[in-house]
Amino acid sequence: MTQFPIQKIREDFPILQEKIRNKPLVYLDNAATCQKPAAVIEAMSHLYRHDYANVHRGVHTLSVRSTDLYEGAREKVRQFINARSHKEIVFVKGTTDAINLVAQSFGRAQIKAGDEILITAMEHHSNIVPWQILCQQIGAVLKVAPINQKGELQVEQFENLLSDKTRLVSVVHMSNALGTINPVKQLIDKAHARNIPVLLDGAQAIPHMRVDVQDLDCDFYAFSGHKLYAPTGIGVLYGKQELLESMPPYQGGGDMIRKVTFEETEYNDLPYKFEAGTPAIAEAIVLGTAIDYLVDVGMDSVAAYEAELLAYATEQAHKIKGLRIIGEAENKGAILSFVLDNVHPHDIGTMLDSLGIAVRAGHHCAMPVMDFFQVPATARASFAMYNTVDEIDILMDGIKSLIEVFG
Amino acid sequence: MFDDLRDLYQEVIFDHNRNPRNFRVIEDADRTVEGFNPLCGDRLTLYIKLDGDKIVDASFQGSGCAISTASVSLMTEIIKGKTIDEAEELFEKFHEMTTGKDEDVQLEAMGKLAVLAGVREYPARVKCATLAWHTLDAALKNQETSISTE
Repeated sequence: MTQFPIQKIREDFPILQEKIRNKPLVYLDNAATCQKPAAVIEAMSHLYRHDYANVHRGVHTLSVRSTDLYEGAREKVRQFINARSHKEIVFVKGTTDAINLVAQSFGRAQIKAGDEILITAMEHHSNIVPWQILCQQIGAVLKVAPINQKGELQVEQFENLLSDKTRLVSVVHMSNALGTINPVKQLIDKAHARNIPVLLDGAQAIPHMRVDVQDLDCDFYAFSGHKLYAPTGIGVLYGKQELLESMPPYQGGGDMIRKVTFEETEYNDLPYKFEAGTPAIAEAIVLGTAIDYLVDVGMDSVAAYEAELLAYATEQAHKIKGLRIIGEAENKGAILSFVLDNVHPHDIGTMLDSLGIAVRAGHHCAMPVMDFFQVPATARASFAMYNTVDEIDILMDGIKSLIEVFG
Repeated sequence: MFDDLRDLYQEVIFDHNRNPRNFRVIEDADRTVEGFNPLCGDRLTLYIKLDGDKIVDASFQGSGCAISTASVSLMTEIIKGKTIDEAEELFEKFHEMTTGKDEDVQLEAMGKLAVLAGVREYPARVKCATLAWHTLDAALKNQETSISTE
């Protein structure tokens, strides 16, 4: 293993000391949500104890302090994903909210009946359903680029599906059900050659790798705070400034306006045009704290360490007879989705839980992926930077034992 | 290694999971209802053959976890020979036993079905055990051709 400060990192996450059913917690459900470092937990408490008030509202000291912290967090996000301007960073509730924003604002303004939206067969429901709703509203058509048996996007077919009618491509950066990391730069190049904007669903990718929106040249990038070691209820929509400027507001309310009369309303500048109402102030500020923590560890180190974890887990999983990995893309993030010959994923989940191991069992909000692989569900171990090789051994021992019990 | 789970996964459950009873299609079934649990993907089709108000044959097809497979397997065994009313009464009792609302459910009176009482300690798994019975309920009431638990 590389020189990764795993001991220190584990000490930074208080919940990892927790006992589950009298066993040390082995938390492998990070693709659902990940645990929080003490820095994040304490920053939340410190904020409410010392610095909290509404933002962009008052002249009083606390409001100014809170606003500075809130805008400071936006600047941290900007740097973290290397956006050009803070105007391109819209705080939203999460990835789902971000995608719905694009569907309802960009989509309703720019996409017409008969136009096409292109997604892939490995999308999370949150990158399927908002487009289906939009298509129903305006009569557009949803196209789906297929995947292969390894769980990789069929890039040629994706290209063939780009047409003169395609108005938007929305693709997952890293699949939550399979772990597949899509060749997004290549896809963006192909779409841009036809002047088609691209949204990347970065919910899974963002905690695992360095993301540079200028380098990717994506038009939108959506992610959630809670998968990035920050609280729930906060997420980010990155959008290129010229695109966001051309888009109508998504929701109306306070903060998103400059001037309101009963006759007409003048909207606020970016990014506030898209931030109606009091935002998730504390959660946004603490997202900044989580980013500080990650920047300190280094995203490249995180990616390298997790790649070693995944390689080890995959190697060990291959040794287990009757275990089939679902999702074996060449380029893959730290997710091990699997099924066993004679044990249903739900039974795997309950059995492992009794050993203190938290894995997800189910369809992972990706029912079309389950249908493609002809499984009702999978068990999924998803890793974070605080997981260890020892924990993978515990997982594999657990799997071997439950296979024996089920005979 | 799995001592904590002995109440949930009793030997009878493993047995029915490995060798489900009445796992077949009844071609001339009077009632055929699909049951689906979208949360975990459990899916079964229940076939009922009636003679008047008496259940003369019951079978199923489908795939699910050990709890749901054992539950439907045991159910098809136990309801055979019962009247619709008797089966409905058993459904009520089974529901009470697995949701734990009535701690005093007489487990002895539940016969073999008592092996599924353990699920009440596992709220996430209750629906695995009750899917079969909700499907039966729909079949007996003859109202729907598919039901879904969530």
